[in-house]
Amino acid sequence: MHASKFWLARPFSERSTQVFLGVLLTALALVTLLHVAVPQGNPLHVSAYTVNLFGKYLSYALLAVAVDLVWGYLGILSLGHGAFFALGGYAMGMYLMRQIGDRGTYGHPELPDFMVFLNWDSLPWYWQGFDMAGFAFLMVLLAPGLLALVFGFLAFRSRVTGVYLSIITQALTFALMLAFFRNEMGFGGNNGLTDFREILGFSLRSDATRLGLFLATGVALGLGYILCRAIVGSKLGRVSIASRDAEARTRFLGYRVERFQLFVFVVSAMLAGVAGALYVPQVGIINPSEFSPIFSIEIVLWVALGGRATLYGAVIGAILVNYAKTVFTGVMPDAWLFALGALFVLVTVFLPKGVAGLLAYRVKRKPNDRDDNTKPQEATA
Amino acid sequence: MSLLRSLADRERVFDFLAPQASPVDVRHGPILYMEDVTVSFDGFKAINNLNLTIDDGELRCIIGPNGAGKTTMMDIITGKTRPTTGSVWFGSRHNLLDMNEPQIASLGIGRKFQKPTVFEALSVFDNLELAMAADKRIFATLTARMTGEIKDRIEEVLETIGLTELRYRPAGILSHGQKQWLEIGMLLMQKPRLLLVDEPVAGMTEQEMERTGELLISLAGKQSVVVVEHDMGFIRSIARKVTVLHQGSVLAEGSMDQVASDPKVVEVYLGVEDEEAA
Repeated sequence: MHASKFWLARPFSERSTQVFLGVLLTALALVTLLHVAVPQGNPLHVSAYTVNLFGKYLSYALLAVAVDLVWGYLGILSLGHGAFFALGGYAMGMYLMRQIGDRGTYGHPELPDFMVFLNWDSLPWYWQGFDMAGFAFLMVLLAPGLLALVFGFLAFRSRVTGVYLSIITQALTFALMLAFFRNEMGFGGNNGLTDFREILGFSLRSDATRLGLFLATGVALGLGYILCRAIVGSKLGRVSIASRDAEARTRFLGYRVERFQLFVFVVSAMLAGVAGALYVPQVGIINPSEFSPIFSIEIVLWVALGGRATLYGAVIGAILVNYAKTVFTGVMPDAWLFALGALFVLVTVFLPKGVAGLLAYRVKRKPNDRDDNTKPQEATA
Repeated sequence: MSLLRSLADRERVFDFLAPQASPVDVRHGPILYMEDVTVSFDGFKAINNLNLTIDDGELRCIIGPNGAGKTTMMDIITGKTRPTTGSVWFGSRHNLLDMNEPQIASLGIGRKFQKPTVFEALSVFDNLELAMAADKRIFATLTARMTGEIKDRIEEVLETIGLTELRYRPAGILSHGQKQWLEIGMLLMQKPRLLLVDEPVAGMTEQEMERTGELLISLAGKQSVVVVEHDMGFIRSIARKVTVLHQGSVLAEGSMDQVASDPKVVEVYLGVEDEEAA
């Protein structure tokens, strides 16, 4: 509403963001309360296992927001965002591996177990520095960011968009999967990185750390959401939408569309990396399966189910589908893929705008409400 | 010594380095001169020895049968097509043949294509905002703020194109005519000196045509407007001066009545009608 504000402050005056943050904070507080204050055995008690599960959903939600940013607002259907997620995850995994120290099975003071097993005698150069949390966390942003920068630079400069871009993003994540499967790469090959002990000195096996990670993921989701809202609510966001719908026309107005695409793509990749880094300590393992093309396609399904180009729809979609997955794979493991397919077909046919579209329809809004959110109103404010 | 010092002066901008930034010189009257311009595509002369002068603030209509070279003429002015021979000047300082399309656009020549392309998902207001002349680099765009000045400018253009009431509605819901006006508005946001408008009333209703005519007339004076159109009724309603193109050169020029009674023009247009009848 107050477009004259500093761009990062704008989302706070948007109704939808206020509601989203309100719901998110309430949910975080509620889960914490039910976990800590309600004694075990009480039906209302939320177990550490469930907290951990919710934390995983929230990291998926952040990943979905990242995908929605590029797909919903920029029109770039990335079928390889799992690669950025996994790279962030690996950066975190490398840090966690180094934290094990000499407590590994082989008791080597420096080398992770798999390297001892492979008879390596020293740490590869790219493992240096990952014993420092600050460096590792920086890499969580830089590794996916750099990959997106190089990949995006080449793709957008050549004006590769649409289906072709989707296909090469698939190829990208597939190629990375094959590479990470190799033991020689030094990332644990097929088994990946696991057997983590502690993060920043807190044991990963304690309930308190799990709660902390859950809350940290929630906060990261909130911050990521605000950043994305700030971007799509800015003039840059409107240029993105313009280039999504009429790229040539946007160029004709004097915008270097490929640079805008690259910027948003890199931001999105970094968010995906953060999501991956928060995911890994909560599930306790990172392996090349996160690079699998199927996973990247699944992310897009979450966003489509939740509702594209709304951001909160991506969050709803990610949580809903993954909750359903947890339930289904527990009850009828074989039926899950059929259920996912059926869900996708049903939503596409009956809810073309996803769950978010249904919400928007239910919540009767004033005419122009949505437009007013992004419009200058300082004359009346 | 003083020459050396002036050469070493980092702040100094030499004239030959900054021709684009210098204002358009219209002291001599005309804003656009085309002199002896010829364009041939494999021997076919799409434009043949064309001479055309547009005065600053003028509203000019260009008519002519299909293949007369109207679109090619627009292409030459905007830098899309290079003439084989001839010269094209914008004011008396800018040689358009030395410039590329973006340079010409930034000099203040705006072109409206036949088919309107607006950003349908964005509001009318946003469409105008994006079209505005501004710093269009990434971070400037990300941190851009809506100042009162910009808002006033957008409101002013909204008023001009008559879409004030619809400013917060998505452009996708606009009628064909309204989209055309929005597109003209987007051109106006770039503060052009010369507007080239290609068939503005194609596919419009009577009422929309009337509004478009009023709009174009109101634009003239503040900027020069060149309209290419087929619809004679429309031309008659807005034109002060009409240029008839035929086979790539000017056949007649003058007021609508003068032109319409010119035997050469009658022959060309009747000839076309004969062909159509045949």
